[in-house]
This record gives sequence, C-alpha cells and structure tokens, in this order.
Amino acid sequence: MGEVIVITSGKGGVGKTTTTANIGTGLSKLGKSVVLIDTDIGLRNLDVVMGLENRIVYNLVDVVEGNCRIKQALIKDKRNPNLYLLPSAQAKDKTAVSPEQMKKLADELKNEYDYILMDCPAGIEQGFKNAVAGATRAIVVTTPEVSAVRDADRIIGLLEGYAMSDIQLIVNRLRPDMVKREDMMSSDDVVGVLGIELIGIIPDDENIVISTNRGEPLVGSDTMAGQAYMNISRRVAGEEVPWLNLYYRNGMFNRIFSRLRKKA
Amino acid sequence: MFFDSFFKKKSSGSVAVDRLKLVLVSDRAGCSPELMEQIKTDIIDVISKYVEIDKKGLEIKITQTESAEGNGIVPALIANIPISEMKVKNS
Repeated sequence: MGEVIVITSGKGGVGKTTTTANIGTGLSKLGKSVVLIDTDIGLRNLDVVMGLENRIVYNLVDVVEGNCRIKQALIKDKRNPNLYLLPSAQAKDKTAVSPEQMKKLADELKNEYDYILMDCPAGIEQGFKNAVAGATRAIVVTTPEVSAVRDADRIIGLLEGYAMSDIQLIVNRLRPDMVKREDMMSSDDVVGVLGIELIGIIPDDENIVISTNRGEPLVGSDTMAGQAYMNISRRVAGEEVPWLNLYYRNGMFNRIFSRLRKKA
Repeated sequence: MFFDSFFKKKSSGSVAVDRLKLVLVSDRAGCSPELMEQIKTDIIDVISKYVEIDKKGLEIKITQTESAEGNGIVPALIANIPISEMKVKNS
C-alpha cells in the first residue's frame, strides 16, 4: 500500500513544485515507484520542471471526468523507469475537480505505486483542499522569510484538521552566509516558531535555476541542493540520514580541499 | 562592523523572529485587529460603569502564556487598565 504525500506551503514561489519534482525523482532513484500529481488546475508547472511538457496527451481533469483511464494520462519520466507524472489541466478552472474525486484517485493509485506526491497550488482555497483530500502525510515548504513562515503556520493549522500521520517541514533557499551573520533566520529559528519536525534544509543554489531551465531535476547530483534533496528523499522513505553541513564549502580551505578531493 | 556596534542594532534575523512570533500569536488566536478594537471598546464600557479609567493609557493585547492546566503555551488576553478615579457608590 502506497503513501500519499501533499507538498504545500501556503505562499507561492517558495519551491513546492521544484521540491515535488526533486523528491519524486529522488524516491524513484531509490527504487520506489512514484506518481507526481500537479493539482494546480489552470496553472500547470510541474510538467516543465520535469521536462515532460511535450508529452502531455491527457490530464488530471480528463482522468476525473472519465475521458481516459488513469494509465493513459500518466506520463513516463525520461530517465527514471518508475516515475510518472499526472499533469494538470491548463484550460479548465479550479472547480473542475472536487476533493472527493481527488481522494478517489489517490486511493486508486495507492494500490499500485509506493508514493503519490501531490504538488499543491498556493493559497488555501479549493486547490489546496483538492491536494490535501487524499493525502495522509504532508510536507510543508517554506523559506526563511517572515511572510513565508507566517503562511506556513496558517497551512499547518489547516493541515491539523485533516488526518495526517506526519506534517514535516522543509526550509528552502537558506543562505548559510546570511544566517552566519544573523541576517537571515536559521532553520532552528523557523522550526522554533512553527513547532513541527524538520525533514530537510535546501541551501539557496543557482544550480536549481539551471536544472529548471533544462527540465532535469538535480536530485542526487554533486551540488549542495542535489545532495540536500537526495537526503530528504531518503528521509521520506524512512531512512535515517545525517544532516548536511551547509557551512562546509564556504571556507577557503574547504574550497581547495574539495577541489583536491574531486581530482582524487 | 563599526556602525553596527555603534548603534547597537539588533540583527535583522532576530528582528524577523520577534516579528513573526508576535504576528503568529494573533493569527493563531484568529483575532483580527478589528476584533481587538471591539473587545477594547466593550471592556472600556463595562469597566467605566464602576470606575473612571484612563482610556488613553489602556493597553490590550494577545500574548502567549503557560496554561494553568500545564498543557503548554496558550494564547492569553492581557489588559492593562489604569484607573484614574474610583467612582463613589451612590446607592
């Protein structure tokens, strides 16, 4: 029996879609079968982040309305054999799908796949309710900013009204140099305010932009963000993974050291 | 930095944490500024029946406090009401 996880944040632009793409790809690299569902009807995004925008035939609304079978709408990933995307509809409006329909869909997929990840739209309206409906576990993404953390708190409050086994936190786009000089909230600060369990920290990394440009999730690559996302994927799958030292590569000594190591 | 230490400015990171904590207390209590204002005027009305109060000095806010039952931190309404004069009972 698979697990349905919603990835949500409240505020837009904090990295839900990137996180969904990378954790999903990471889990499939760990040998799990995964379906990613873009629940943002009208504003389709996950397909381009995954680099699958040219392969869409059917979408979420087609499945729910019975225009096609689920299997017909699932797009197979380019590189990872156990990874599928169910894209959102671009032309329909938000009310085209109901929470009951989403729950039914999630329950069906749960029988066949290990993980179903719901990429939640920003906001707390219909789209949020749809994304959360079938989920039994939630990952809340935030950045170390007052506005994003505030919205995350609101979302956590709403999630507590659903039957979630876990509500865990990702602090995204952290800048270790700024945290060091106390000009950015640390992950500890954010966890202290929100009071939920941390499942990972993603450092601000320009490689994310590059990977999104190419439509290739960077999870597992030799970049800070790539490693951080791989660690989160392992933790999602239940492994105990030690925390990455984000401050490691900053120093002059370490830079030279890591260059030497790369050569070795 | 010289100027930082000169002005003893709080780091912006800790300012962010403080601001967040405050805004979340009222968010979590579901208490809007308008509602606070209503509570305030009602309290003034009630207390004014018995004592003369300094309306300008009245302070009312939602904060957090340790719950009496020991089940963690709970929101609390704190009102600071300066009394300017006790009204003499006529009856």
